[in-house]
Amino acid sequence: MHEAGIAEAALEQAAEQARRAGATRIHRIVLRVGTLSGIEAGALDFALQLLLPGGPAEGAEIEIESVPAVARCSSCSSDYTPENGLLFECPRCGALGAALLRGRELELARLELS
Amino acid sequence: MNTPNQTLQSRDSEDPEVVIVDVRDPDDTLPRPPGDVLPGVRTVDLNLRILDENDRRAERNRRRLAQLGIRALNFVSSPGAGKTTLLQKTLALLPPDLRAAVLVGDLETANDARRLRRPGVPVAQITTGGACHLDASMVSRAMDAVPLAGVRLLFIENVGNLVCPASFDLGENRRVTLVSCTEGEDKPLKYPPMFSSAHAVLLTKIDVAEAMEFDRGLALENIRRAAPQAEVFEVSAKTGEGMDAWLAYLQGAS
Repeated sequence: MHEAGIAEAALEQAAEQARRAGATRIHRIVLRVGTLSGIEAGALDFALQLLLPGGPAEGAEIEIESVPAVARCSSCSSDYTPENGLLFECPRCGALGAALLRGRELELARLELS
Repeated sequence: MNTPNQTLQSRDSEDPEVVIVDVRDPDDTLPRPPGDVLPGVRTVDLNLRILDENDRRAERNRRRLAQLGIRALNFVSSPGAGKTTLLQKTLALLPPDLRAAVLVGDLETANDARRLRRPGVPVAQITTGGACHLDASMVSRAMDAVPLAGVRLLFIENVGNLVCPASFDLGENRRVTLVSCTEGEDKPLKYPPMFSSAHAVLLTKIDVAEAMEFDRGLALENIRRAAPQAEVFEVSAKTGEGMDAWLAYLQGAS
């Protein structure tokens, strides 16, 4: 629901990083979005497309990498991807408790600049 | 990204009459066409958190709260799950030595702040003017606006929304997710981020569970599956049922 704000923050960050790298154009923006981040990739892409024109990333390609959730069972310590990304039930020992190792990412992974 | 003709459609396995249109991206990583790297274009690996700025501010809030000896709790739920009523009752029952302050977020109106006003309890309404969640900078500004000396618990009532507030760290020590017996038993399975990030989950309005034909056992099972890390409380702010255990949790959290 707030993907527009996230898109804005991502573009500001990308522009800042491009400036620091002495670049004037951003050709590709690669973002990393966890399945438990609360951000929907399609809506984020839509918001980015609206915001690109007029900035240093005008015409840039947007790539959004999805990061599946990975949980570590608190009982037997095995790592697994929760069923449907959300049910923390260890497929090995059946225990319910788990620590989330991955899945909440919301990151600017890399840029292609010139 | 998906275009409409790529949208996945299927039938529900339990009820074939139900069509499922899956608008999630089946594979968000588009294969890059070979040889499209322009001369002079370089790749820079960054791996920066997009909400870095919010996270930094949240960390500042956390340090400031720690210096003041205050523990903060961030209350999240869908609209109408009973956050304000729970806080009203909680404020009424808190022992006098456990002083609280409240920051409450809404898109418009100061109605909730008015409801929460009690002698000796500083309250600030954060009017977001359309924003669907609180962020760390709003909380920092609201903390400036209320007298925090002597306060031990800071209750932050987030905007009623079971999606967006999950992404924003406010600097709280505990995140408390509410789900009421007037919602579906499967709420935790439908909105996983808000439950997987909760320290405590409160099943509220249990006084009406029976009248609503609400299956508490099923709801608790779903909460356990989506939030195995959370402490779970069943409460009714109206009758006071379950409030003792909740208050003990708060005393432990302070």
